[in-house]
Amino acid sequence: MRRSRRHFLTVSATTLGGALVYTFDRKPGRVHAQGAQAGAVKIPLRFFTEEEALAIAAAAARIFPSDESGPGANEAGVVIYIDRQLAAAYGRDHYRYTQGPFADGVSEQGYQGKETPREIYRACLKKLGRFHLLSAVEQDARLKQMENTLFFSLLRTHTIEGMFCDPMHGGNADLIGWQLVGFPGPRMGYFDDVDQHYGTTFRPKPASLAQILGRPVLPSEETEP
Amino acid sequence: MKTLRPVDVVIVGGGWTGLTMAKELATRTALKILVLERGGPRKTRDYFDSMDELDYAVRLRMMQPIRDETVTFRHSMRDRALPIRQYGSFLPGTGVGGSGEHWSGISYRYYPHDFRRLSHFVEKYGRERLPEDCDVRDWPITYDELEPDYDRAERLMGISGKAGNLRGSKIEGGNIFEGPRGSEYPTPPMKMPHLAALFRDGAHSLGYHPFPLPAATTSVAYTNPDGVARAGCSYCGYCERFGCMIGAKAQPTNTLIPVLAHQTNFELRTGAWVRRVIVEGGRVRGVRYMDPQGEEIFQPADLVFLASWTLNNTRLLLLSGVGEPYDPKTGKGVVGRNLTHQVSVPAATVFFEKPLNGFMGAGSAGVAIGDFDAMDHSHVNFCSGGALYTVCYGTRPIANFGFVPPSVTARWGPEWKKAALHYYDRTGLVRFYGEHLAYRGNYMDLDPVYKDRYGDPLIRMTLDWRDNEGNMVQFMTARAVEIGRAMGAVEIRPFPGLGRYEATRYQGTHVQGGTIIGANHTDSVVNRYLQHWRVPNLFLLGAAAFPQNPSGNPTLTAVALTYRAADAVIQRYLKNPGELI
Repeated sequence: MRRSRRHFLTVSATTLGGALVYTFDRKPGRVHAQGAQAGAVKIPLRFFTEEEALAIAAAAARIFPSDESGPGANEAGVVIYIDRQLAAAYGRDHYRYTQGPFADGVSEQGYQGKETPREIYRACLKKLGRFHLLSAVEQDARLKQMENTLFFSLLRTHTIEGMFCDPMHGGNADLIGWQLVGFPGPRMGYFDDVDQHYGTTFRPKPASLAQILGRPVLPSEETEP
Repeated sequence: MKTLRPVDVVIVGGGWTGLTMAKELATRTALKILVLERGGPRKTRDYFDSMDELDYAVRLRMMQPIRDETVTFRHSMRDRALPIRQYGSFLPGTGVGGSGEHWSGISYRYYPHDFRRLSHFVEKYGRERLPEDCDVRDWPITYDELEPDYDRAERLMGISGKAGNLRGSKIEGGNIFEGPRGSEYPTPPMKMPHLAALFRDGAHSLGYHPFPLPAATTSVAYTNPDGVARAGCSYCGYCERFGCMIGAKAQPTNTLIPVLAHQTNFELRTGAWVRRVIVEGGRVRGVRYMDPQGEEIFQPADLVFLASWTLNNTRLLLLSGVGEPYDPKTGKGVVGRNLTHQVSVPAATVFFEKPLNGFMGAGSAGVAIGDFDAMDHSHVNFCSGGALYTVCYGTRPIANFGFVPPSVTARWGPEWKKAALHYYDRTGLVRFYGEHLAYRGNYMDLDPVYKDRYGDPLIRMTLDWRDNEGNMVQFMTARAVEIGRAMGAVEIRPFPGLGRYEATRYQGTHVQGGTIIGANHTDSVVNRYLQHWRVPNLFLLGAAAFPQNPSGNPTLTAVALTYRAADAVIQRYLKNPGELI
C-alpha cells in the first residue's frame, strides 16, 4: 500500500490515550498515567496532510466533543480512523457500484454521485481551510451551515465509526468509546447473563477482537485491494 | 469456451435451497451432483475473525460485491431506473451458504390463509376490497400439504420455539393463530433478553398473544435427523450480517455441508459465476459460467436447478431467453412478474428509564404477536396483515449510537452526545413486518443501460408501495406506540410513515417473485414442484417462486418447498423425466 511518509499528525499523548477514562456508570474515574509520560506522538498520515488532519480532527471534535459527559473524538483518535479509511479501499469507492452513466435520481434511489469519499473530503477540506484555528463558536457556526451536505453526513457517520470501531481500525483508542457506552466488544457469549440483570446495569470489561482471540486480525483497510 | 464432462445435476447457487436439494439428491440417489457457487468457500472457524462490526456490519464483507453487480431501481414505468450504488434495502450474501450464513434465523411458517390469499380475502370481504392493480394469488399447494415439509425444514435446522397449535389444540404461550403443527418445535424457545421480556409483558397486558420468535439460532445443543450436531446459542450478539463462530445459528455451512462433505457423488465448485442457462429443443443442456481465472466454461448437465436467490434466478431466465418476459402494459408474459418485498419498519422507537444490557442477544431472540396476522379487515383501510415484534440482535455501537428521544433535537454536539450516551442502552424498537401484496406494476426486467462486470444487463426493479401498505403501516405504528407505552417507555418516536419505496433503508433480504409458482403455465413460471412449465429438466428453487410476500420471513418456506420438490424429483421425475403434472 502506498503511504504518505511526508505528513504526520502530532498529538499529545494525554489526549490520545484518553486523559479521562470513565467507569462503566460513566462517572469520571482515573487518569491514565502512561499517556502523560509519553508526551507528544507523531502519527504517520496515509491520506490527509497535517493541516487537513487538524481540520478534520477539529470538526469531528465538535460533532463528538470532549466535555463533562465524557471523552470524545480527540481521545478516541477519530481522525486517525478516517485517514486510514480514506487511504484504503473505502476511500476509493471499493464498496460501491461505480459504472456510469451517472445521473441525478430521487432520494429513494440513494447516492448517485460520481465522487469517491476521498474526493468528497478533499473538495470540502478546501472550503474548511484552517478550520482548527477558529474558535469553538465559529466552528459550530461553520458546521451548522454545512449540516445538510453529503460531506457533513459522511463526517458524522465516520466520527461515530471512529468512536466505536474495533481499535484495529485506528479509532476507539484504549477502547474509550466502548467504555463510554458500556459495550464489552466481541465476546464468546453471555449464556448465563442474557436473561438476568433485568433493569440493572451489567457491564463486563471491554476487550478488543485481538485481545479476545489472542492474535492480531487484519482489518479490511490492510487487506482489500 | 471450454466444455467440461457432463454431470447428472447442476445446481446454481450454494445457499439454503441449493444445498438442501444437493443433500437430498446426493444421499438418496447415485446421481453425480455439481453445485456452482459464485463466491468463495467458508468454514465455521472463519467466523471468529468476523466479530468486527465495521468490516462485517458496515462494509458488509459477507455480501455480494456490489461493485461487480447490482440492480437498478425505479418507482414506476414512467421513471428512470438508476443503479442501487450502495447496499440499502436488502443484502444478498455471497460465498458458500449464501445469505443463509449472515441471516438472523427468524423462521416462521406461513399461515394456512397465506396459501389461499386471494380466495380467503374474497370470501371474507369481496373482490372489490382489493386494491385496483393487485395481483395476489392462491398458491397451488395448501398449508396442510406443506406441513410435513415444514416439519423437515425445522428439524434440519433445529428451530427453537413453542407450538401454539398442536394438531388443532391451541396452546397459550405459542402463536395460537398458527396453522396446526404435527409436532412441537425441535428445541425449546430461546432465553429472553430484557427488551423481549418487556415486549412480552406489555403486549400481554393489552390482551395480545405474545410468543417467542421461532429461531434458527438454536437454544440448546441439537443433533438433527442427518446426524449433524450443533452447539446451543451463547447470545454473543454477532448474528445478522455475521457468521456464527460456534455453529449455533443454522447455516448451510454447519448444517448441510457436513453431510455433503462425505458424499463422493457431490462436488462444490466455488468462484463459478453462471451467466446463462442453455436451453435447446425445450430442454436444458447445461450452464455457461466464468471460472475464477476469467475463462468461460460450458458445463453440460441432464438436470439443472437454479437456486441463486430471487433476483438472480429471474435474471438468469431473462438473460437466457427462457420463457416470455412479463409485460406490465399488456399483463402478458410470466418472467419477472409479482415482484414483492416485505413491509418492514421500525414502527416505534421506545426509550426507557432503565438500561437494557442490549449487547447480549441473538438474531432471533425475541417475541412477536400474531394477532394482526389474523386480524379482521372489515373496518380498516387496508387488506393485509403482519406481526409486531421485538428482536434482541445484540446492540453494537456503530449502528446503535445516536438514537435520541423526540425531546432532543440536536444531531451532533454536546447536547446530542449527552442524550445519546444516556439513551444508548435504553433504546429499543417495536418492529413491524407485514405482507406486501403483488401489484401488476411491480416487476423485474433487464435494464437497458447498466451492466455487470461481464457486460451482462443488470436486473431492473420497478417497485413502489401502494396506499394499502402505507395505511397498514400507519395502523400498525399506532398499535406499536400503545405497546411501547405498555412496556413502560418514557418517550416514544413513532415511525414517520412509509412514503415511497426506499432502496436506501434496510428492510430485510426478503425479496420474492419473478419466477412464480402457479396452477397454470399462462400466468406462472413453475408448477407446484418448482418445475419450469416449459422446460421439464429445469427447476427454480427459492422465494422467486412466491406469488406474493405473506408477511413472514421466507427462508423456512423456501426450504420446505425444496424438500417437496426433491421428493417429486427423486420419486417420480427420475423414473420418467418429463412434466410432473
